[in-house]
Amino acid sequence: MTEFIQTEKSLPKIYGENIEALPQDLYIPPDALEIYLDSFEGPLDLLIYLIRKNNIDILDIPMANLTLQYVNYVEKMKVIKLELAADYLLMSAMLIEIKSRMLLPKPALEDDEDDPRAELVKKLIEYELMKDAAENLNQMPQVGKDIMIAQSYFERVTEIKYPDVSIDELFEAWKNVIKRVKQFEQHQISRSELSVREYMTIILRKLNEKDLLEFSTFFNSDKDPIPKLVVCFLAILELTKEGLIKINQQSSSSAIYLQLGDS
Amino acid sequence: MAQIDKLKEVLEVALLTSSQPLSIEDLTKLFIGKTDRSTIRMLLDEIKNDWQEKSMSLVQVASGYRFQAKADFTEFLMRLSPDRAPNYSRAVMEVLAIIAYRQPVTRADIEKIRGVSLNSNTLRQLIEREWIDIIGQKEVPGRPSLYATTKHFLNDFALKSLSELPELNSSLTQELSDSKVDENREEIQEN
Repeated sequence: MTEFIQTEKSLPKIYGENIEALPQDLYIPPDALEIYLDSFEGPLDLLIYLIRKNNIDILDIPMANLTLQYVNYVEKMKVIKLELAADYLLMSAMLIEIKSRMLLPKPALEDDEDDPRAELVKKLIEYELMKDAAENLNQMPQVGKDIMIAQSYFERVTEIKYPDVSIDELFEAWKNVIKRVKQFEQHQISRSELSVREYMTIILRKLNEKDLLEFSTFFNSDKDPIPKLVVCFLAILELTKEGLIKINQQSSSSAIYLQLGDS
Repeated sequence: MAQIDKLKEVLEVALLTSSQPLSIEDLTKLFIGKTDRSTIRMLLDEIKNDWQEKSMSLVQVASGYRFQAKADFTEFLMRLSPDRAPNYSRAVMEVLAIIAYRQPVTRADIEKIRGVSLNSNTLRQLIEREWIDIIGQKEVPGRPSLYATTKHFLNDFALKSLSELPELNSSLTQELSDSKVDENREEIQEN
């Protein structure tokens, strides 16, 4: 594309004189454009190419002429690269719409500010501005391409620093090791043959002998091992649940008494 | 006086060994005691002068100062590393230009200016190069991401700020103002 812009700036000469303007009806056959298929970035790019190539004044575009050239090109393209054509077809429709609106008689009040081409022209110029800017950017010196950055070597002194350790910390660490080792000790788990049912019976027997017994008499916490206390307690709860005994307490934190149920 | 010379040497060595541009802020960290920013700035100016006749030059870019080879030597240095950064496609450069000159922009803004749908690969390439990033979301339906150029972009193009970008083609900007677009009319069309 760069080539086109350059050739367009240096106009050909006839009899030593510059040609100021190319004929307005200059027609570029679509075949001639075929090789440039991939060099257009979109419909706006193609339109700008056609406009600049034909030396058309962008502020006064001959719509019929331009639309014809454009549509011819797009038709050609549809055959070769269908997937590209959608954006281009939309532009064809827009060009034809603008042309048809120009053909409509203008209401008397409208002035030339309402040129149907205005929006397209604005878009074209805005795009050309950016296209131009992109080329300028591309030609600017860039780091890694044209700019070389100084980067001298220097030897980083990496002194290894050892942490201080006190005897207390060492001792603390040792204690942790011991603690962890203990957690890996093996435990022999033996099943103790304590049956809740058995204790239920024992409790009922005791209550049959004496109508009323204090809660604490069932537990001999000094002598009995913990599992036994637990099973005993469970037995009391189980008996209560089944309605075989009753648990009474006169007031909070006073003694708790067990007695046989009603049944 | 000798102390000042030492400071200057420290600054010089730091700049020569750094792979990134160093800001005045970075350079103050070189010294334990407090060193005036103005002193550093003055010394940087001196360094710049000292190197005037040499092969490297001290330049200021967006994120600070760096030493770079003078342009005359690029041609030679290039031969050392023939496989340099590849050129980006025209599409990528156009998108970069739109983001640089019209930022912050959404993907839709870019598509509107270029008149074609945007391949998401294009934006990814620029983000990976750290030349652009997302600086927020536009408060419109869909909350599209807003893209802008980074400091890294300015550094790589040896610019101090966006205002140093090459000016847009003045004959085209003239045409744009001549085109007398009635903004209201455009609105109606879009609806």
